[in-house]
Amino acid sequence: MRTLVFASRNTKEITRDIFTLIFGILFPLVLLVLLSAINSSIPEGAGMKLFEITNLVPGIAVFGLSFISLFTATLVSKDRCTSFILRLFTSPLKSSQYIAGYTLPLIPMSLLQIIVCYIASFAFGLEWSANILLAIIVNLPTTILFIAIGLLCGTVFNDKAVGGVCGALLTNLSAWLSGTWFDLELVGGAFEKIADMLPFVHAVNAGRYALYGEYSKITPELLWVIGYAFIITVIAIVLFSYKMKQDK
Amino acid sequence: MLAIKTENLTKKYKDKTVVNNLNLEVNEGEMYALLGVNGAGKSTTIKMLSCLIQPTSGDAEILSNSITKNSTAVKQIISVSPQETSVAPNLTVKENLLFIAGIFGFSKAQAKEKTQQIIKDFDMQEIENSRAKTLSGGWQRRLSIAMALISEPKVIFLDEPTLGLDVLARRDLWKQINKLKGKITIILTTHYLEEAEALSDRIGIMANGVLKAQGTADELKASAKTDNFEEAFVRIAGDEI
Repeated sequence: MRTLVFASRNTKEITRDIFTLIFGILFPLVLLVLLSAINSSIPEGAGMKLFEITNLVPGIAVFGLSFISLFTATLVSKDRCTSFILRLFTSPLKSSQYIAGYTLPLIPMSLLQIIVCYIASFAFGLEWSANILLAIIVNLPTTILFIAIGLLCGTVFNDKAVGGVCGALLTNLSAWLSGTWFDLELVGGAFEKIADMLPFVHAVNAGRYALYGEYSKITPELLWVIGYAFIITVIAIVLFSYKMKQDK
Repeated sequence: MLAIKTENLTKKYKDKTVVNNLNLEVNEGEMYALLGVNGAGKSTTIKMLSCLIQPTSGDAEILSNSITKNSTAVKQIISVSPQETSVAPNLTVKENLLFIAGIFGFSKAQAKEKTQQIIKDFDMQEIENSRAKTLSGGWQRRLSIAMALISEPKVIFLDEPTLGLDVLARRDLWKQINKLKGKITIILTTHYLEEAEALSDRIGIMANGVLKAQGTADELKASAKTDNFEEAFVRIAGDEI
């Protein structure tokens, strides 16, 4: 009950910020429109398939989740950096209830963002199939990953630094190293190797394979995401609990 | 009955002793002001008593519950209004109050009832649906204290409740605090000496982590051989400044 009360407060704090709507929903849609427009200008014979809707939408869905990290981090750091946290700490809330209270509202928000992205893609030629549902489900571990990154950044950085780290660095990392905007194989070398060691490209690939119906290829990609999600979640929880004691 | 009893309460950070063997007794229903210059140990004392930090040694009891051994029980009966205004900015006045009532375990119906009552008690009807971030400093501080009270604490810690407020807003808040006298135990920290003199039953003066003197304002003035409270404070805390 206490967790739900705290989660409800966090939902209101996030959704009542106009930037949540702009960056959470509108910005990924704008990118979808722009990149689809670019794709429509590419001659069919050019063999450029990166911006075709089945390739594009899983990438945009993952990119959009980087803003979920920003929302999480901003909320946690703002609470930490103000005396509001002192009020919470003198209440009977336990640390597990804080973590759950911060995480719970962001799961449906992330799902909504992904679903809106896929629904909008119908306007750009995405055809309905049950694989779309699978692609959305495949994004669940990615959702947890980005929430954990947000929790971690919100725990470590103050509210000003969070804007730079999550708002600029993470969004760029998840964009450039995800294979959404350009084919990583074309760049090759160290860039491709680094991208391959990070979870973003695997999150996008898992969504793409789900959409293509190439089911056997999903699990290996997803394992990268699940591994990162697990490790970062554990680090975030440990650091959150430690840092909160320090902040008192 | 004693609401607060500390026994050699001590807090050290490495080699620095911030609170040194504090022995303090506050009666139930009393309003006790803790005074001292910056770094005297007031806020650290409040943080230990409200279970935010652990003492290095010694202990304290809040209505017979040890802060070191039974912090869960202590947290159920205390409340803190922190130094800075501490409200959820995007929530309305009503939602802030419902939120605090909820995390203290009240049912939805109870929370609604208590919220309506405290809005009435604090004359906040006209701003109940306004978001906290849009309120003036005075209203935010009033809301902050109302949030500390909605859980029906037996002991409340008001840390610099009128800091940064203009004279009218401060006097207005004094009235609200005065209404609480005798109903619950209040520990007040403040830099405004006239505030402590006007509101408190008893006053403790801390310097360098040590409780230098305590008593009523008149007793402190008498012990410092002056009829001016500020002068009494300077004489008592002065050696340590």
